[in-house]
Amino acid sequence: MSEPILKVKDFTVEFWVDGVWYPAAINMNFQIAPGEVLAIVGESGSGKSTTGMGLMSLLATNARMTGSVQVKGHEMIGAKPSVLRKYRGKEVAYIFQEPMTALNPVYTIGFQIVETLRTHFDMGPNQAKDRAIELLTLVDIPNPAGSFNKYPHQLSGGQRQRAMIAQALACDPGLLVADEPTTALDVTVQAEILDLMRGLKDKLNSAILLITHDMGVVADMADEILVMKDGLTVEHGTADEIFNRPSHPYTKELLGAVPKLGSSVKRILKADPSKGSAPVLNLENVTIEYPKRGRIPAFTAVKEFNLQIFPGEIVGLVGESGSGKTTVGRAAIGLLPIKAGKIEIVGTDISHATQKDLFAIRRHTGIVFQDPASSLNPRLPIGESIGEPIFLAGIAKGEALNKKIEDLLDQVELPRSYRNRYPHELSGGQRQRIGIARALALTPDLLIADEPTSALDVSVQARFLDLLQDLQDKLKFACLFISHDLAVVDILTHRIAVMQDGRLVEVGERDQILKHAKDPYTQRLIAAVPVPNPAEQKIRREARLAAIKK
Amino acid sequence: MLSYLVRRIVGGITVLAFVSIFVFGLFFVIPADPARLACGKSCTPELMAEIRHGLELDQPLQVQYFRFVKGIFFGRTYLPGTEAALHCTAPCLGYSYQTDELVTNLLKDRVPATLSIAIGASILWVLIGLSSGILSALRRGTWIDKFSQGFALAGASLQIYFVGLVLQFIFVDKLAWFHAPGYVSPFEDPKEWALEMILPWLTLGFLLSAIYARLTRAGMIEVMSEDYIRTARAKGLSNRTIKFKHVLRAALTPIVTVFGLDLGGLLGGAVITEYVFNIPGLGKLATEAVTNVDLPIIVGTVLLAAVFIVVANILVDLLYMVLDPKVRLS
Repeated sequence: MSEPILKVKDFTVEFWVDGVWYPAAINMNFQIAPGEVLAIVGESGSGKSTTGMGLMSLLATNARMTGSVQVKGHEMIGAKPSVLRKYRGKEVAYIFQEPMTALNPVYTIGFQIVETLRTHFDMGPNQAKDRAIELLTLVDIPNPAGSFNKYPHQLSGGQRQRAMIAQALACDPGLLVADEPTTALDVTVQAEILDLMRGLKDKLNSAILLITHDMGVVADMADEILVMKDGLTVEHGTADEIFNRPSHPYTKELLGAVPKLGSSVKRILKADPSKGSAPVLNLENVTIEYPKRGRIPAFTAVKEFNLQIFPGEIVGLVGESGSGKTTVGRAAIGLLPIKAGKIEIVGTDISHATQKDLFAIRRHTGIVFQDPASSLNPRLPIGESIGEPIFLAGIAKGEALNKKIEDLLDQVELPRSYRNRYPHELSGGQRQRIGIARALALTPDLLIADEPTSALDVSVQARFLDLLQDLQDKLKFACLFISHDLAVVDILTHRIAVMQDGRLVEVGERDQILKHAKDPYTQRLIAAVPVPNPAEQKIRREARLAAIKK
Repeated sequence: MLSYLVRRIVGGITVLAFVSIFVFGLFFVIPADPARLACGKSCTPELMAEIRHGLELDQPLQVQYFRFVKGIFFGRTYLPGTEAALHCTAPCLGYSYQTDELVTNLLKDRVPATLSIAIGASILWVLIGLSSGILSALRRGTWIDKFSQGFALAGASLQIYFVGLVLQFIFVDKLAWFHAPGYVSPFEDPKEWALEMILPWLTLGFLLSAIYARLTRAGMIEVMSEDYIRTARAKGLSNRTIKFKHVLRAALTPIVTVFGLDLGGLLGGAVITEYVFNIPGLGKLATEAVTNVDLPIIVGTVLLAAVFIVVANILVDLLYMVLDPKVRLS
């Protein structure tokens, strides 16, 4: 093994908050050699990003780093800012999660790459431009010379991340720190970006420190894995050791919580959808258009969409971002007008319903939104948020309403005393439980769940999915479960509908879709999901790449 | 880009057309009879009729408006064919009977003073506002920040007539550093012009810089927590490059909007400032015209102020296109 690029010894990061030092990462020890990938995994708040940022002292001024971080034998802890700047971007380059916000929106991507180059090398503008176009070619951006002059918002999510990688590679850094590099991307795009990173690593022989919460990504990329919890290193070993012989209970728990696509141990879906009866939700040839705004032309988000959901049935709606799945969800309960077609909820046609008609319909429907932090009113105690639909529907008030609120809190397994708390006093998982309690307040026949778990950590997500399933068993509501995560849909749903570019690609029983998908798009979507098992993922990856080549 | 500019200009002209119709409507709705007001004390019915004819008040309102608009573009002649015939070249904004002068000439006399105040003061307030805002943001929480915030708060809460008089007392009466405010053409005597203008500049600059200091500080602090600033640091850029090329650039956009509105408004007449420092500008002309119900002057000043604001807004939009690529490209 060659000399490691990065050696981290007894590295601790603490934050000074209100007069106390709070440790965020404690006694970290690891090293990475050229061509190697070390993954740091853990849930939010475990200190993994803090560790990555702390290496090059990129944290806020209230952070304190101790221990030793050596890059190519040079100490970074306590180094002068001018020394640190020389290493940042040149020896250690970063790739961040959301390339839309991580690239400056007012400069072209070419400008930003040239800026990096000219900061570290004595280069003329033309020379730097040539090198930048060379880098954009390296990361497979279509039309590199043209993309040089594009602004971040003119590129797609995947292209932006490629631009970000091109910028990171500008100075041939020995180490790439990739902080959740694919979390904001669709699975198919994620697979492409991971392929790109793997290819570049081999070509340039650089080391990668991969920070992620996604075990599938880890299995796809990592040689070595370090598991973190509450700032501590829980377990550290090779990918094979961690995935196949985890020794620490937390590692086992983390791996156990990861939903596995098509895994053999699967919950038996108890609720039996009564197919014979009339559908709760009936969408017939629904077309939805976002009207023209100024010079922005009208956009057809959903085209001739057909879907029925029967009582007691959970239907998963999957697709990449921009495929129109959220639009379908909103229109299904009358939050968006439709241009053509027919929508029926519990036998009532709402295609041309007035606001007043919809008011009555909404007592039969509930919706859970993606981000629980922003979909609960921050100024209302959660008890009021839950009780509001009941009160507005005129079903109960006073003491009776209090009783109902307590029942709902019991149902979502939160203490009754929480009713007087405000949303910011709860964790993400607890907030999402409130979201579901509110949606279920009127015991709806139809629940729309729009990516309810995508903002949650895996272990929290697993508990939330359990709860949703128990509630569905008990209350027998029909559910349209919108998600980009096939593994989650796999756990929960009876049937799956796949969307692409506003059209329904395929709909069918869960196993039929996941195991014997007919449509090539569905097949590609499923193939792109990384599985949390390095050996299996390697086979899947090769199969997918072979399929693409064909 | 060009079509955008054309659309903005067409929009601006539409606004001006509406403003002109609206102010012109004053003639019709106002209870005072303009002919009576112009007639003066020794008025006879014959004289009234003559003035009414001279002012063309005997014509239907739409004809009056049409002639007014035509006068702006092509000039017009009052009382043609008589010995009192008065030619008014384009842009003709009307004729004030009370002062016996063409409105355009009155405005021409007054614009330089207002322009001097507005441009000098705006340079000063942008300089003071931006630099104290930048300093505050970079040294957040230190005494520099606190001092500059206090300074801004004082500026935001004080009034021109108070600060103006205090400064005049100190710098003119006691120290005699500057001359008593007034207006001399900079082409005749630039030194005197500056010495007389410096007090209004300082006063307005101090008072108006407050909002700029606060906007700059808040904007920069917000931008500093953006992800792309973290990226810039991770690239190894120097602090100076990050602060000026990345942070300030992004924080500038809202400031440009406010600046356009402030400058446009001030060009239409810095009423209180002109009064306090006794400077013969547009604001003073307008208030005097209002007191005397001299309608042609009111119409003229309002239109000119509207032109300034519309032009300032178009300039802001153009600047926005330079600053924000999303506006430029969508």
